[in-house]
Amino acid sequence: MTTTANSSEQLATEYVTVTVGDHLFGLPISRVQDVFVPDRLTRVPLAPPEVAGILNLRGRVVTSIDMRSCLDFASSEPGTQAMAVGIEWRGESYGLLVDSVGEVIALHDSDCEGKPANLDSRLSRVADGVYRLEGQLLIVLNVDRVLDIKNGAIAA
Amino acid sequence: MDDLLREFLVETNESLDVVDAELVRFEQEPDNADILDNIFRLVHTIKGTCGFLGLPRLEALAHAAEALMSRFRDGTMPVTGEAVTLILFTVDRVKEILSELEKHQREPEGADADLIRSLERMADRGGADAARPAQWMRGSREDALDELERAFRETPGPVSAAAAAEPRDAEHEAPAVQKDDEDEHESKIASQSIRVGVDTLEGLMTMVSELVLTRNQLLDIVRRQGDSEFKVPLQRLSNVTAELQDGVMRTRMQPIGKAWQKLPRIVRDLATELGKDIELELHGADTELDRQVLERIKDPLAHMVRNSADHGLEPAAERVAAGKPEKGTIRLSAYHEGGHIIIGVADDGRGLDTARIREKALAAGLATEADLDKMTEPQIQNFIFAPGFSTARIVTSVSGRGVGMDVVRNNIDQIGGSIDVHSVRGQGLSFTIKIPLTLAIVSALIVEAGGERFAIPQLAVVELVRVNKNSEHRIERIKDAAVLRLRNELLPLVGLASLLKLGDSKAIPDKGFIVVVRVGAQTFGVMVDSVFHTEEIVVKPMASKLRRIGMFSGNTILGDGSVILIIDPNGVSQAVGVSSAAAAGEQAGDDHEDRIAEADKVSLLVFRAGSPQLKAVPLSLVTRLEEIDCETIEVSDGRRMVQYRGHLMPLVHIGDEDRAKRDGVQPLLVFADSDRSVGLAVDEIVDIVEDKLDIQVASDRPGVLGSAVVRGQATEIVDVGHFLPLAYTDWFRRKDAATRKRECSLLLVDDSAFFRNMLMPVLKAAGYAVTAVAGAHEALALLKQGRAFDVLVTDIDMPGMDGFALAEAVRGEPRFQDMPVIALSSIGSPEAIERGRRAGFHDYVAKFDRQSLIAALKEQTAGTIQAA
Repeated sequence: MTTTANSSEQLATEYVTVTVGDHLFGLPISRVQDVFVPDRLTRVPLAPPEVAGILNLRGRVVTSIDMRSCLDFASSEPGTQAMAVGIEWRGESYGLLVDSVGEVIALHDSDCEGKPANLDSRLSRVADGVYRLEGQLLIVLNVDRVLDIKNGAIAA
Repeated sequence: MDDLLREFLVETNESLDVVDAELVRFEQEPDNADILDNIFRLVHTIKGTCGFLGLPRLEALAHAAEALMSRFRDGTMPVTGEAVTLILFTVDRVKEILSELEKHQREPEGADADLIRSLERMADRGGADAARPAQWMRGSREDALDELERAFRETPGPVSAAAAAEPRDAEHEAPAVQKDDEDEHESKIASQSIRVGVDTLEGLMTMVSELVLTRNQLLDIVRRQGDSEFKVPLQRLSNVTAELQDGVMRTRMQPIGKAWQKLPRIVRDLATELGKDIELELHGADTELDRQVLERIKDPLAHMVRNSADHGLEPAAERVAAGKPEKGTIRLSAYHEGGHIIIGVADDGRGLDTARIREKALAAGLATEADLDKMTEPQIQNFIFAPGFSTARIVTSVSGRGVGMDVVRNNIDQIGGSIDVHSVRGQGLSFTIKIPLTLAIVSALIVEAGGERFAIPQLAVVELVRVNKNSEHRIERIKDAAVLRLRNELLPLVGLASLLKLGDSKAIPDKGFIVVVRVGAQTFGVMVDSVFHTEEIVVKPMASKLRRIGMFSGNTILGDGSVILIIDPNGVSQAVGVSSAAAAGEQAGDDHEDRIAEADKVSLLVFRAGSPQLKAVPLSLVTRLEEIDCETIEVSDGRRMVQYRGHLMPLVHIGDEDRAKRDGVQPLLVFADSDRSVGLAVDEIVDIVEDKLDIQVASDRPGVLGSAVVRGQATEIVDVGHFLPLAYTDWFRRKDAATRKRECSLLLVDDSAFFRNMLMPVLKAAGYAVTAVAGAHEALALLKQGRAFDVLVTDIDMPGMDGFALAEAVRGEPRFQDMPVIALSSIGSPEAIERGRRAGFHDYVAKFDRQSLIAALKEQTAGTIQAA
């Protein structure tokens, strides 16, 4: 199905790797603004469950999305979601709360495989593809679909 | 787009708006050469610029209009409605071309020969048949044009060319002569102001908002550290920031007249189209407000004026039959009050048809028959703000298409404002809009509920009430609904925590704080766990994902760096729901009868201060009751004051100040007037009683009106008017008297010496020359003697001849027909108000409502003062 070519001229994308509930995810680095430690989160009553709250990041109000809730993993014990990935979406600032942030890796686009058909529907909606890394799978996240909560996750 | 062209478009559009307004004015004052000069100059400038930029179509139009106006100017042609209409057409055509020009950056194809020919013909015809016109002004525009066209066709051709050439020559000389002083005038304006892009100002505002936030954070840090060397410089930074904020805010301020600019033209066109005679009065056009707010209310205002002209005002014949002047009046007014601007739109037309609204509301399924039966008239009238609601039987081109007041209310809601409607059938309709001066920075009350902090915009907050099981104010329950009895009102209560689903319990606790919030005509209490302080907050919009929650209008970063949500009172009010509106209606109906029975009774606050003797003040004069810790009283400038809601509030004492309490709890009666308050320190608050107020022994002592029997005990009635000026010497004078050029004379009629004594100093302080008499017959005698008064204020319930009879008698005399009559009464029922309107009262004010009285007087005498 996929060709394992090693030519260096091949198109490659750099991913910021994060873990959510023991799974490894990759976010295209072009979409990531910054990585920060979320501090003093303010809950937003009546908000969709994926919205963990809002916080102040250097004078900007950032809406935080709980990735565990978003990807339908069991919600973590308080305090384990130690990191946040800052994303700019339609002119607004969002922070994706994840368990941890790993390294940045470059992967060839041609190595990306389609997502398995039996993937959980919620995960399937936000996944763009899968990389087979050594000993682990990396799921590529589609940031736009993660943030498009209103039309997707809630209905699903 | 070419910079030059953009500049031209901006300038020309502005000029044309001025021309529009000035032309309408000019039509009314055809002898005013200044107006004509101004119009002429503007049109001339437009013509010149068009020539320079190579815009032949515009140039030709401007030229033709100018030629016609030059005939007015040299007096060879009188100003007629016909001619003005034609010029206004030309202005419209120019605007059309300009908008095309803006889109495509070049003049659109097309010819204006028709219009130019009409203009030339008109200029040519000159004075010849100018005596005739005006009457077709009442017809529709199309008719007018047809008639013109016919007139043109009938006139032989060649003359027009010659005529067109002639004014051209004349006009070439005229501007040359006055060129010099024109230039001077312009350069003067130019040197005083510069044109700055709106983007630049917006950018500045954002930066200042950030600066304010950072400043707040720094202040917070220093506060926590206690003594620090940063304290002094930070204080300076804080002051400078505040001034900067103020300054930047001011650059964004524009007079509301700018939003009104197009109205005279709209009204004139409507008057012509509808065949009505309409006068548009604009008061307070120089009242300033934030650009952003101005933009948002512009269209709603135009819409409301259109509605008034179309539906509100009756046709002339109907007006005459109803005994009203043939000419209908639409009045717009604007003034500042605290951090808000109050805009009024009123007409003297037929008012709202409550029966029809009821019918429509029922048909549209907005309420059930049972609901409607319980509602008061104002509540039913509020249905006009429901989506898709229009009572117009006939859909006209002007209004009545069912898009209307709901859009108006939405626009106003969005900027955190409120709108109230007040209508008396057959007498007129008035809307009162209250909006914040600016949207970017607002004052908010920080509260806590369910463990989270929230900000409630101060604009919506009426007062704070603290409740616990044993306090005077208690939470009562009707089945599951919690209510608070507060003075004469029964307020529905919502728990903020349960509304926002914070915590598990849905129950409303028995103790805590109630923030009394008013949204439109609805007042309700929001229960919170604690109240912190008020803070100037910078409003940041909600993320798009969270916007549809509806309970929050935005969020903000507090001084300590945390983010909190701003409660949207409109959203909460919707959640409180129709059920409470119905409940309030029921309540209003129930106590209606009691109210009439107790009309003579007054709520009195009984207390002790300075001596064991009981003292009392009318409760309605008191804004709040507070208890403060004596240790928080500070002495500054030799006066005792406390920090209260972020301001310094001076304290005044009855009796000897040295004997004032030094420790423990100090009860205060707080009197507030817009942004100022003063605390009257008393020893003990005894009770609130309802009793008939009958002063039996008058007093000469300052500060005491006299003694009365209250609940069987002799009680001194305290003259609040004496104590307030002790705190602020200009208490009564400041805003009312400052603008007053001459004293208005006022005749006050009241059989009760108490009220005469209470109102006289208040009215005098507000700048009125007051003559007080004890009865209607005395008042009539004075008027018959030829004494002239600018305004008459009278009590309703008087022995012998009552207020209604007096008003009718005064109305009967042609001499006094224009004198406004204001009724004072303790009966505030809609029926009584209705009867008052019929009897000819211009306004109806509750007896103790000093602020409303002053406001009503100000409004009724506005004409007199302007004329003076």
